[in-house]
Amino acid sequence: MQYQSKAAIRPLVAALVFAFASAGAVQAQDAKPAADPAVANQLDPNSSEKDAKLIDKYQAVKVEDGKYTDGDGAPTYHITNDGKKFDWYAYSGYRRYHAECHVCHGPDAMGSTYAPALKDSLKRLSYEEFVGIIAGGKQDISSSGTNVMPAFGDNKNVMCYADDLYVYLKARASGAMPRVRPGDKEDKPESAKKAEKECLGG
Amino acid sequence: MRAVHLLALGAGLVASAPAFANDDVLKRSADPAQQVLQTVDYANTRYSKLDQINASNVKQLQVAWTFSTGVLRGHEGSPLVIGNMMYVHTPFPNIVYALDLDKDGVIVWKYEPKQDPSVIPVMCCDTVNRGLAYADGAIILHQADTTVVSLDAKSGKVNWSVVNGDPKKGETNTATVLPVKDKIIVGISGGEFGVNCHVTAYDSKSGKKVWRGYSQGPDADMIMDPEKTTSLGKPVGKDSSLKTWEGDQWKTGGGCTWGWFSYDPKLDLMYYGSGNPSTWNPKQRPGDNKWSMTIWARNPDTGAAKWVYQMTPHDEWDYDGINEMILTDQKVDGKDRPLLTHFDRNGFGYTLDRATGELLVAEKFDPVVNWASKVDMDKGSKTYGRPLVQAKYSTEQNGEDTNSKGICPAALGTKDQQPAAFSPKTNLFYVPTNHVCMDYEPFRVSYTPGQPYVGATLAMYPAPNSHGGMGNFIAWDGVAGKIKWSNQEQFSVWSGALATAGDVVFYGTLEGYLKAVDSKTGKELYKFKTPSGIIGNVMTYQHKGKQFVGILSGVGGWAGIGLAAGLTDPNAGLGAVGGYAALSNYTNLGGQLTVFALPN
Repeated sequence: MQYQSKAAIRPLVAALVFAFASAGAVQAQDAKPAADPAVANQLDPNSSEKDAKLIDKYQAVKVEDGKYTDGDGAPTYHITNDGKKFDWYAYSGYRRYHAECHVCHGPDAMGSTYAPALKDSLKRLSYEEFVGIIAGGKQDISSSGTNVMPAFGDNKNVMCYADDLYVYLKARASGAMPRVRPGDKEDKPESAKKAEKECLGG
Repeated sequence: MRAVHLLALGAGLVASAPAFANDDVLKRSADPAQQVLQTVDYANTRYSKLDQINASNVKQLQVAWTFSTGVLRGHEGSPLVIGNMMYVHTPFPNIVYALDLDKDGVIVWKYEPKQDPSVIPVMCCDTVNRGLAYADGAIILHQADTTVVSLDAKSGKVNWSVVNGDPKKGETNTATVLPVKDKIIVGISGGEFGVNCHVTAYDSKSGKKVWRGYSQGPDADMIMDPEKTTSLGKPVGKDSSLKTWEGDQWKTGGGCTWGWFSYDPKLDLMYYGSGNPSTWNPKQRPGDNKWSMTIWARNPDTGAAKWVYQMTPHDEWDYDGINEMILTDQKVDGKDRPLLTHFDRNGFGYTLDRATGELLVAEKFDPVVNWASKVDMDKGSKTYGRPLVQAKYSTEQNGEDTNSKGICPAALGTKDQQPAAFSPKTNLFYVPTNHVCMDYEPFRVSYTPGQPYVGATLAMYPAPNSHGGMGNFIAWDGVAGKIKWSNQEQFSVWSGALATAGDVVFYGTLEGYLKAVDSKTGKELYKFKTPSGIIGNVMTYQHKGKQFVGILSGVGGWAGIGLAAGLTDPNAGLGAVGGYAALSNYTNLGGQLTVFALPN
């Protein structure tokens, strides 16, 4: 049950952080402080999919035990070694995505004939909206048919990894991560191990 | 003219099998002017005796008429033709249209069930439906939400309806039904949701449940007799399934039955395959997981299992065993044998004696298949009948959280449900195939009723070091276990084939082409690009003395996940976009029937 209460609280916390961070973000834009080398991304210089604006927006500003957050206080990715090394959550998100999501949303979040490309959706969706949709589901009715996404609120295989999925999809949306399986990765943080155990309930 | 034709053929068949089967279905399926079963005949040959359209004139084919279904989802299966009426089905919401061919396809009636849309996301891989069946004046529809409905063919009025499963537990349906004798046989989907799957017989007049046989569990649940039910010639013994699962895991065991059914009136046996065991993480379910991934022969009256053969014990790759069982009579070593040929997802083409379940042939029908070196055919061997798994490609041996690379075929199989055809004129099978490989990484998952229960990460790509395409259309000799010819296709061939007495074989492609090829050589004789990608099955019928060929367009299904994406090139460097163009550059969503004929 823990994963549920966690999922419910998390967006609130995120929203609070967002309120503070957005005020600071304006200054940051003006001042452009030197990026913290500890959290700076080193992306693949040859990749052509990069969206400079989103990459800037999703740049990590803080790290706590292997978990990165961006200027909005939302979880984000961290990529180094010319795009070869990924933070644990982006890597884990890749794995979970290709188990739980790809049968509808397609490989590498590219979409399918019956579900949208999440690499595009995540250009718009906030962290709160994202968590809300995976927990509560979604229904789109149009003249050509009905698209329905199930509610995963009860599904530990999804909800326990909501942040991982979000981080991975953000990396896909900004083009920071091309259509590849993450090869090298940062070690699995202790806090991730602990959270996973608590959430899955043994 | 047609009536005489029908009578003559009907009389011939009735004489050879008087008291068996469903006389109406037998009679009408012997008349090539009509199509009453999705499988064309009980033997699942998908062979039509019509020969007006033949290898020399097929190049003149033209579009005769078209019909929009009004639904933009994956369209599998095909329409039926009974007398002057055509019956067209759609994916969810599973509309049925009755069209009068005498009146230029005017809609005589339309049936649209009201189904809870919450069933949509529970259906793995799109909301396809593989079509209607006809028997004794009724059209049988098996809806997405597992409701089986008998409709009066003339009026569209509901004769009866019965609910076969519970979508809230992940139980859904995509398959067609088998009308046999006075029964309607139905299967169920939900292998990715940990459903304990089964086959059920309903009384065709009342919809009353007659029997249900599960794919796993206690002998009684499976309608198995430890002494009389055999596997590879030997009695299966007591608790043959329970012994191969840890604890209660069989209760969420999968073994789903979403494929095709065939029936032999002479032996009075029906045949089908069971699907993957749940979850996709093999480490979490030790044992052979019987009888998932199995060819089943059952008595249609009682459900009693006569024989079983498990093709992929302890599945590690999601190689569902549900593909069609094609029944033919051919000579093996100079002796006439009743055969069953099956092209499995696992990449082996099996030929068995369908009376006894004896394994005669098991050979790869795509040379890139690598997860097993071969199937052990040595009767004296301890591993007789089992695939010899290659350690390198064993996701069980490599273990959880290890990415096993370069496994061929991918989870969608060397062939999925798209049915093959058989021509008695060439004694060849015509098989639509996938030429796709994968990386597969299993990991631990927890089970929640009604939620997906997958437990593996997949990445799929065109077979490396081959022609770069993701499909082949092949001709297969089922007795020799050899490919006769093979046509390369850019995308997986996801359409059911049709062979005809005109020496033509038809199939559709994901780009939307209807193709006609020479049955002897595979040479392309005709192609036409329909409005959307084809995952439906080619059908043919005759109306007022003229032969027509029909195909549903409407891309989707498992194949639809490649539509927007394309698949990545495994050989491309990190960061490079795959060299394979996305299907979305070739076609778009659709829902249309296109009917072809020769010019007048």
